[in-house]
Amino acid sequence: MLQRIYDWIDDRIDITPIWRDIADHEVPEHVNPGHHFSAFVYCFGGLTFFTVVIQILSGMFLTMYYVPDIVNAHASVEYLQSEVAFGMIVRGMHHWGASVVIVMMFLHTLRVFFTGSYKKPREINWVVGVLIFFVILGLGFTGYLLPWDMKAYFATQVGLEIAISVPVIGDLLGELLAGGEIIGAQTLTRFFAIHVFFLPGALLGLIAVHFIMIRRQGISGPL
Amino acid sequence: MKRGKGMKFVGDSRIPDREHRMKNIPKDYSEYPGKTEAFFPNYLLKEWLVGAVFLIGFLCLTIAHPAPLEQEADPNATGYIPVPDWFFLFLYQLLKYEAAAGAFTVLGTVVIPGLAFGALMLAPWLDKGPERRLSKRPIATGMMLLGFISVAYLTWEAADQHEWGGAASIDDDVREIDTTHPGYDIYVEESCIACHGDNMEGTAMGPDLYDLAYDEEGVAQIVVEGIGEMPAVIDADQTEEIETISEYVVSGGGTNEGAGGAEGDEDAEDTDDDEEDEDADE
Repeated sequence: MLQRIYDWIDDRIDITPIWRDIADHEVPEHVNPGHHFSAFVYCFGGLTFFTVVIQILSGMFLTMYYVPDIVNAHASVEYLQSEVAFGMIVRGMHHWGASVVIVMMFLHTLRVFFTGSYKKPREINWVVGVLIFFVILGLGFTGYLLPWDMKAYFATQVGLEIAISVPVIGDLLGELLAGGEIIGAQTLTRFFAIHVFFLPGALLGLIAVHFIMIRRQGISGPL
Repeated sequence: MKRGKGMKFVGDSRIPDREHRMKNIPKDYSEYPGKTEAFFPNYLLKEWLVGAVFLIGFLCLTIAHPAPLEQEADPNATGYIPVPDWFFLFLYQLLKYEAAAGAFTVLGTVVIPGLAFGALMLAPWLDKGPERRLSKRPIATGMMLLGFISVAYLTWEAADQHEWGGAASIDDDVREIDTTHPGYDIYVEESCIACHGDNMEGTAMGPDLYDLAYDEEGVAQIVVEGIGEMPAVIDADQTEEIETISEYVVSGGGTNEGAGGAEGDEDAEDTDDDEEDEDADE
């Protein structure tokens, strides 16, 4: 039955090459912790992706309750945290996941650096990886404001002061992020849009490029 | 898409005829070097097992430590010491140093981080040699270690210098105080309310006044003389006012269980001990 469904689809869109591309590649001995335990360092990239998936899923559920305006934001987070079934766990996953993504990504970066895997022909993939690093830091920064509590507000104030101190474009950058001269209603909606639409879009695009390049180039050989 | 000679297309589509199409058969990995394994499904199943263990550990973390939520943002709370999330602490700390502050802010916000992250991004072109082993490329290794140690040190220093207790004292414990008590009028008139909050719950400027570690004499003394950053608020000769407010504050605005008496004092001491424990932990 499954075979017939597969054939039916394959007759129409010829998915076998795509499926074989995704599924059929070798896992060399030197990256397989089953053979050499020290190869666990090669897991950090995958764990970063796994945590990013957790972030996207938990974030999708958070937006079901979160209200991005300064009057209701804090109350909606409080309600989500204390009243909604499993709300505490979902918010906890998103909160701690942010830290875990950064830790895993940092370890992945160190692994790639210290195994010299960024060298020819993988330069472009390294650059894409560093861009992913920036996008994730941006997600961490913009997500911090959304609960609209004391910590969020004052940490964002510091962040925006840093942005404004950039020469030439600083003032424009600050206004673009804050949506005005003070941190207020505009800032919250902008950070929400950046956190929920702009940066995740960029992140998914970059991750796709990252993965396609890995499939093209294969994993770097043993040292 | 392959378009070789003799290829038949089904109808007007570009999809090749079944006999010309790629067969859905996995590669034979027996000819690959070493103990190479197929990704699908062999390796992927093992990855899922590791992923499941990781997920359980992660869920335990979220249950053991619920995500914090402080009180709602109040832009007027000038006494609040801001602290960014831990992964920005290194940058925050860098800006505290004189060489990267004031007239040199640009150095701390743009030049140093720009150089560091710029170098990170351009690593493949800064370290062009074919060698991959750490010991064979000492400059790249040294720079990365230096960067890593600097970031770790700055983060550590920032965490060490920040007064974590200050942020923690603003908690969710808000009780309804007795506003009909004559002490409440004094609480409002003498502006205690400005720093200690509408319900004695505390603000960024002053601690909460529930379950205090002081008895009425102690509070009377603080009200007259001040303590720490708190100024003296009532003249020593207004004994009646002092008595009323002391009694009111010691009872936590009428919210403490067993207000006054020996039991109340015991509770107060317990709370005090807890606070000290917290300080010690940090």
